[in-house]
Amino acid sequence: MSFKKSYEEINEKIRKGKAVVLTAEEVSAMARELSPAEIVKRVDVVTTATFGAMCSSGAILNFGHTTPPMRMERITLNGVPAHGGLAAVDTYIGATSENPDNIKYGGAHVIQDLVEGKTVELEAWGKGTDCYPRKYIKTKISLETINEATLFNPRNAYQNYNVATNTTSKIKYTYMGTLLPGMKNANYSTAGELSPLLNDPEMRTIGIGTRIFLGGTVGYVVWPGTQFNTSKEKNQFGVPMSNAATIAVIGNLKEMSAEFIRAAYYEKYGVSLFVGIGLPIPILDEDMAHRVSIRNEQIETTILDYGTAGTPVLGKTNYAELQSGEISINGNKVRTAPVASLQKAREIADLLKKSIQDGKFELTAPVAIFPTGTSLKKLFETEGGER
Amino acid sequence: MIEVTRRYVMKFPPDSADKALTYKLIKDYDIKFSILKAEVRPGRTGSLLLELEALPENIQKGIEYLEANAVICEPLGKKIKFEASKCINCGNCTGVCFTGALTMDRERWKLNFEPELCVVCELCVPACPMNLFDINFHEEEPEKIAVGN
Ligand code: SF4
Ligand code: SF4
Repeated sequence: MSFKKSYEEINEKIRKGKAVVLTAEEVSAMARELSPAEIVKRVDVVTTATFGAMCSSGAILNFGHTTPPMRMERITLNGVPAHGGLAAVDTYIGATSENPDNIKYGGAHVIQDLVEGKTVELEAWGKGTDCYPRKYIKTKISLETINEATLFNPRNAYQNYNVATNTTSKIKYTYMGTLLPGMKNANYSTAGELSPLLNDPEMRTIGIGTRIFLGGTVGYVVWPGTQFNTSKEKNQFGVPMSNAATIAVIGNLKEMSAEFIRAAYYEKYGVSLFVGIGLPIPILDEDMAHRVSIRNEQIETTILDYGTAGTPVLGKTNYAELQSGEISINGNKVRTAPVASLQKAREIADLLKKSIQDGKFELTAPVAIFPTGTSLKKLFETEGGER
Repeated sequence: MIEVTRRYVMKFPPDSADKALTYKLIKDYDIKFSILKAEVRPGRTGSLLLELEALPENIQKGIEYLEANAVICEPLGKKIKFEASKCINCGNCTGVCFTGALTMDRERWKLNFEPELCVVCELCVPACPMNLFDINFHEEEPEKIAVGN
């Protein structure tokens, strides 16, 4: 009978300080020598991580009530529009929201400023009601002065992502970085064999309630991320060859660190937020040992032309080639550059490994597993064309 | 003594006879040079990125000579400001840097920056999502407002 471990058995080892924890890169190296049947007996947990720009991020803030009270209907933080329409003093500040007077400063910067302990100017307007008579406020807030500050990111940690290049004669400024004309560079964003959702491609151990490292503290997976897609074509090693599954994550912003939550501005694109995520994977059985053993050369991804409308497919490559610094696209040698930090991802995977080894971080079985057979809908226009 | 190569950004005053000056560099100080970048606007200061190749003491003397003739000479490294402590090693800047000044260390995945290889194309300035580069090849003098004095 094949060897199996339960979450409880793994957690018992963690509590005793006896759990064997490796990073996903370490286990992939180990798998060159050992079979999954041997790995499941030796390794209890594998840590994965990513540190990249994740546009679908933001924070839920509760400012506390003023006297007399106010129902904030229009809200700005350092001039960046935050969402009204969430009761009286709750808001959601989206990472990509921009200050109209300074588009290089956005919601991501507000979040980083708050995390760094800085004060932020809150300005809000309301129409005034019998129970909320106040109509306007301008004041300063910080993480210390407000009630809750919760990072809640609807779509993070994409399972694989495409490579971006540009075949046109014009430079293109994109969220995948600056793409030079004439296919002079190709940018990629996934951490390869260290990337969380590529180490458990069927999401057997990642689901609602999974405890993770988020932005420097403990966070949780709360839902499948938006655009969760399980129908993307998989290769012979069982991983999707383009962007597929995602996760929605949550954590206490007050405990986070600007080491792992960092605002970014992309020229002629806009603001985004670099988010550090670490995800532990329990090696429950031989199948999980096999999954985490995946190596860069086995993880393929799709090369897209970001210069041309409809981003046509130009070919395929894998992460061993991408990380070598040069790939071949239709016979042309093209230099590659990452746009997410593998150095930071490794730092996170190591930190998470250490907390598990030290008995400070236990694993959680998903409260519910994610759906399968999902695919994406397009948005169709019902009312005439572009204006 | 061995010859060395050094890159300098030089700002020539509007009225300078830069041809005569550079001729002297070759003739008197035995400095070989190549112009890597030039921005010359008639009647205004002109900026050149020069790579000088000569014995260190001759480079020194040549620079002193130019400075005596009102040419502002700055070693290239000084023209490039880079806030290394805020770098997240994302790699975005390495995608646009063609000279090899910005590269990734593919073992540790940290950014390597060798300013001496820079040609001041300035592409890394907008490419860095953390906005860590400040490279200003042709700094415009703040327009002097001709009021009062
Ligand atoms: S200015 Fe150009 S050559 Fe110099 S470091 Fe930046 S990208 Fe490289
Ligand atoms: S783009 Fe900026 S943050 Fe990223 S590696 Fe280059 S200098 Fe560092």
